[in-house]
Amino acid sequence: MTVRLPLSELAPGDRGVIAAVDGPEGLRKRLAALGFRAGRAVVMMRRGSLCGPLHVRLGTTDVALRPAEAAGVSLRPTETAGVSLLPAVAPAT
Amino acid sequence: MKRVALLGMPNTGKSTLFNRLTGSQARVGNWPGVTVDLATARVLVGGHMVELVDLPGLYDLHGFSEDELVARHFLEAARVDAIAVVLNASQIDRQLALALQLKALEVPTLVLLNMADEARRYGIEIDVERLGTGIGLPVAAISARFGTGVPEALAKLAHLLDTAPHPREASVRAALAEDHRREEEIEALLRDSVVVPERLSEQASDRIDRVVLHPWFGLPLFFLAMLAVFQAVFWLGSPMQGGVEALFEAVRRLALEPALAPLPVLLRGLLLDGVWAGMGTVAAFVPLIVVFFFFLAAVEDSGYLSRAAFLTDALMARLGLDGRAFVMLLMGFGCNVPAIMGTRVMRDRPMRLLSMLTIPMSLCSARLQVFVFIAAAVLAPARAPWVLFGLYVMSFAAVIVTALLFRGRFASAEPFVIELPPYRMPTMRQVWMRGWVEVKHFLRRATKFIFLGVIAVWLLTHLPSGAAPAGPDTIAGWIGSAMQPVLGPLGIDEKLAVALIFGFVAKEVVIGAFAVIYGLEGDALAAGLAQSMDWVAATSFMLFTLIYTPCLSTVATLRSESRSLGFTTLAVAWPLALAWAASFAFYQGMRALGF
Ligand SMILES: Nc1nc2c(ncn2[C@@H]2O[C@H](COP(=O)(O)OP(=O)(O)OP(=O)(O)O)[C@@H](O)[C@H]2O)c(=O)[nH]1
Ligand SMILES: [Mg+2]
Repeated sequence: MTVRLPLSELAPGDRGVIAAVDGPEGLRKRLAALGFRAGRAVVMMRRGSLCGPLHVRLGTTDVALRPAEAAGVSLRPTETAGVSLLPAVAPAT
Repeated sequence: MKRVALLGMPNTGKSTLFNRLTGSQARVGNWPGVTVDLATARVLVGGHMVELVDLPGLYDLHGFSEDELVARHFLEAARVDAIAVVLNASQIDRQLALALQLKALEVPTLVLLNMADEARRYGIEIDVERLGTGIGLPVAAISARFGTGVPEALAKLAHLLDTAPHPREASVRAALAEDHRREEEIEALLRDSVVVPERLSEQASDRIDRVVLHPWFGLPLFFLAMLAVFQAVFWLGSPMQGGVEALFEAVRRLALEPALAPLPVLLRGLLLDGVWAGMGTVAAFVPLIVVFFFFLAAVEDSGYLSRAAFLTDALMARLGLDGRAFVMLLMGFGCNVPAIMGTRVMRDRPMRLLSMLTIPMSLCSARLQVFVFIAAAVLAPARAPWVLFGLYVMSFAAVIVTALLFRGRFASAEPFVIELPPYRMPTMRQVWMRGWVEVKHFLRRATKFIFLGVIAVWLLTHLPSGAAPAGPDTIAGWIGSAMQPVLGPLGIDEKLAVALIFGFVAKEVVIGAFAVIYGLEGDALAAGLAQSMDWVAATSFMLFTLIYTPCLSTVATLRSESRSLGFTTLAVAWPLALAWAASFAFYQGMRALGF
């Protein structure tokens, strides 16, 4: 079993690759439409003050979402270093 | 006639394209969810007369927020001959999925890669021909904002219509079935025909965001910016206000008075002191309001609204709302009606209702006119800006109190996920159009509510005939004294009570009603008002006007959007109670302190 890192734990400037998206169906669909798909790279741009929303970037799309929603997005644990910002599509796994 | 639907994700430029093609004036803004209802217009495409339909954006065909449902229901119910899918070319990686979903509807479809200008700036290259062959649909790259590629796109649409079969309802349900296989298809398409740079160069938006979204300075900066905008509105708008007033007075003296001289006294009074004076007093505010909407349009088109949502979400969450609800409050500063409709982007009904309950507390431009008018007339010049500022603060305070009180009843688990689009320079065309639309909007209201309102006020203050105008023996006098037990403790006298009643219809009528009730205009009216109330009574009156029942259009919108009579009743009764309590506390408190 690998430990998965939730997106909500990333520090500003960190990046990762999405492993899976969990949550209620409506939320999952909305996240998918905004680009949250397994294999996509995501960067934490900034975290809002007072436990406010997170600003993340997927490719050319910037999204603001609350930590609670971001907790459902888990990242691949190891490859966080050296991932390029913008492979629009992940290499097939 | 052929019917073509513009579909696409929110904020991809559908309305911009719609306006460009049809010359319409649909609202455009750099905020996902500006269009929440459908708009249609006719345009000639090739040899076909086409009814073009601008729809709210939808993230995917599964979406079930109210605005998405408008688009989906339209697709299910109406026969369309063709669909034009508008995609943001610079976000093609995630937006292509929607094009494929729509393709499965088996309606002739044209794919428009909009914002080609932005995609180029990002260094994204798209092989349009190859992509078209890959998807099996005609594709055209355009920039709706600058017009490039639009003629070619129209030619492709015309060709599509030439060969289109008979229109039929789209089978949305069938199209929803096979979503999973699409992922691979998208990957293959992108691999084949799209080149994305390895690493994005830093964009201007990033530099702006570093300042604007700063963890500590972000919020203060936002409030400073708002203050600056209001300062600019007054600085630019006030001089023009005097000009309009002078114009109305000149027309009255030089043209109307001589022309109407032969009429019976009562009728002449109705026309001159009722209609003309009332409408003129209101019309004087048109320049101020137009300037106000210029600024609002610029802010809406810049992309800052999404940032405001980001900045305020943490605070709004504590009120049971979210950042989008805050943006709707900001839009409510212009007019509450579109702001209430804008809550359609919220999926969760309780949060939507809570948001709709708070929006009418937002100090709209019509109320602003009343306050500017009273503040200029009654308050010392040094005190006026502070009272106005204080009213904006009170507007937020009323929102906070309302949300805190009702968040338990309207508890919700709505997720907060929004796009932060890149900043875009507001276009002059857009800003002008918005100002012009507001002028038209005003004229429409002026000829309905305000016209009828001032006539009604004039009749009430002059009948039965023989009574001293606006005196205790007129109908208005009776109504006013009947209201005294309730309004007296707030420092609102009989005459003002009548104005308040008509403010229920539209807030501008309050100013028109002043002119009619006092039988004065311009500076004389200001002096008359100043005589009848001091600053405590004036502020109490303004406080009441700020919070009490929103105007008739707002009530109608609340009713149609909530589809609940019970909720509408609450949305009318609660502000009334809050307004009374706030004014009572202020007025009696100030008097107790010896003011
Ligand atoms: N750079 C650029 N900006 C564009 C273009 N087309 C539209 N925009 C901008 O994109 C933003 C969104 O435009 P709208 O026309 O309101 O988008 P919409 O698809 O109708 O959005 P919703 O009604 O919210 O679904 C506005 O700020 C436009 O000025 C374009 O071709 N290039
Ligand atoms: Mg639109």
